[in-house]
Amino acid sequence: MRILEAIFLVFINPLFYKITLTASTPLIFAALGGVYSEITGVVNIALEGIMLIGAFTSVVFTWLTGNVWIGVFMAIVSGVALAWLHAWGSIKWAGDQVVLGTAIILIAQGVTGFLMEPIFGKPGQTDFVGKIEEIKIPGVAKVPFIGKIIGELSPMVYIAFASVVFSWWLIYKTKLGLRMRSVGENPEAADTLGVNVYGIRYFGVLMSGVFAGIAGAYLSIGEVGHFRELMTGGRGFIALAAMILGKWNPVGAMLVSILFGASSAFANQLQSSSLIHVPATVKPLFDMIPFILTIIVVAGFVGRSRPPKADGIPYEKEA
Amino acid sequence: MNKKIWSILVPVVSVIIALLFSAVIIVLIGKSPFEAYAALLRGAFSSKQAIADTVIKTTPLILTGLAVGFGFRAGVFNIGAEGQMVMGALIAAAFAGNFGSLPPVVAIPLTMLIAMSVGAAYAAIAGYLKAKTGAHEVVTTIMLNWIATYFASYMVTGPLAVGSGTPKSPEIADSAQLPILMKVGAIEMSSGIIIAIVAAIFMYILLNKTVTGYEIKGVGFNPYAAEYGGISVGKNVVLAMAVSGALAGLAGAMELMGVHHRFLGELSGGKGFDGISIALIGQNNPIGIIFAALLIGALRTGSNEMQFIGVPKHMVMIVQGIVIFLVAADRIVRTIMIRKRVNA
Repeated sequence: MRILEAIFLVFINPLFYKITLTASTPLIFAALGGVYSEITGVVNIALEGIMLIGAFTSVVFTWLTGNVWIGVFMAIVSGVALAWLHAWGSIKWAGDQVVLGTAIILIAQGVTGFLMEPIFGKPGQTDFVGKIEEIKIPGVAKVPFIGKIIGELSPMVYIAFASVVFSWWLIYKTKLGLRMRSVGENPEAADTLGVNVYGIRYFGVLMSGVFAGIAGAYLSIGEVGHFRELMTGGRGFIALAAMILGKWNPVGAMLVSILFGASSAFANQLQSSSLIHVPATVKPLFDMIPFILTIIVVAGFVGRSRPPKADGIPYEKEA
Repeated sequence: MNKKIWSILVPVVSVIIALLFSAVIIVLIGKSPFEAYAALLRGAFSSKQAIADTVIKTTPLILTGLAVGFGFRAGVFNIGAEGQMVMGALIAAAFAGNFGSLPPVVAIPLTMLIAMSVGAAYAAIAGYLKAKTGAHEVVTTIMLNWIATYFASYMVTGPLAVGSGTPKSPEIADSAQLPILMKVGAIEMSSGIIIAIVAAIFMYILLNKTVTGYEIKGVGFNPYAAEYGGISVGKNVVLAMAVSGALAGLAGAMELMGVHHRFLGELSGGKGFDGISIALIGQNNPIGIIFAALLIGALRTGSNEMQFIGVPKHMVMIVQGIVIFLVAADRIVRTIMIRKRVNA
């Protein structure tokens, strides 16, 4: 059975684990963004659009300044700006959050496509503008197997995992986190207790802009160093699914993101296997795997999960 | 003001605000919005050719608009029109390549039927999962879109592939192609537009004159009350998704049978997504949807002309995005209008 042998070889190859980590990173960031927004009660399917804006802005500013970290910072700024638009429509004006989310995705796709030509002089794809350097940990790099996985990684990977720890602490161990969760579960009660429901919701949605913006920056200047139209390719929605399966918990969202990352790393590695020949035409079938997995997950075949009670419901103070 | 007036006023004002916003962006990139919009109008309506092109672009948009609008009426948000359209056209293309021996009276309805059934079945997956497990249709239909896209790309580079260059399927039989209504230069306008308008009438009758329509609207309006009144929510959710998917599949069939005559790699190009804007602008009303589709169709056609004077055609997406935003948060528009009234 050459196919089983090929699968086995994928699993003992450190490269598989390294690609799993890098493929999971943007999903972890974006899924965390989703967690912040939804635990305060605002559904945010705009993640895909916010990522796209982040990916674009980071490339523009890296290109202008030559500094990738300014690029990352501006990705956050643009992510927050777009998230603010979502917050404004869904919190202040009590609009339908799902429909607003699709509007924001369209706006992001439109704006990034629109500005490509005036800024970079050509549509479709920008030139290489620079990339966040991988950091080499000298001691670890020499360790067999492990060294090949984490010896030389993008700092963004570490930032992603640190963000999970930070978010878990913020949401479950601080007063602010308690308020966020109470606003998502029962805004009326929270309001009665003097919690500023609108303020907390704005905070949640804007934080989703921070993380989805970083997720986008990682896709462009973190991985390939350029921007391509619609380069997020549905990752925002996969992150959304990761958040749902992860039961609206930062750690759960991270674990599912890693599962999705592993599924694409697996497809990627199996195709480059020398043991079996995978024709290029079959590639799209492999690309389908994370999406099929998402449906199975969202349909609750892997265990039901319950969203925050007030998720998706605009809060209106009685006059 | 009563509900009817608002339901026309909100989308109209939203479109105006969106065009004003876009004008600002056009100024920012150093172009004249007047010239841009003039080019847009010219590109969409200035000649027989332009009008035929606009009608061709509008045809599938009416159908995806109806698909999304029908779903909305039943309380389901079908973001999957894109995938249903692709799957419908793809499978119909695989069959209709072999319809050469059938006369058009059989081949044409059969091809449409295949596309509609596939679209319906594909959408029903999301409906079934929503009814059975509570999986949100927004997430499942989006995932089904990606799966359809990759599946289509596999089919047209693999089993169905013909020739080299752009991935494409073989041409469908002549007998399965829609009759041409008008030929202007190289542009052939098929009778698809008539089918699209018939579909709108069908949706109007189904929703307003039948028991099924009443039940579907009941579920959309208040699922709890519907359940209490003896209407099965689950059954109607699946049914609504299936009808919605059938309309999207029909949109795919129109592109296949009336425009390209084969499945091309990039058949849909966002038409399913456009359906969302159209349903919202048309306020889920079949007649409103026809006009909304014409608006988006004209914007899409005209934007090519606009591109010639250096304004990227992506402007249309920005316009659509802002319109959807304002219709979803319709209180923004209402507040603006009421304040104007008070000031006046």
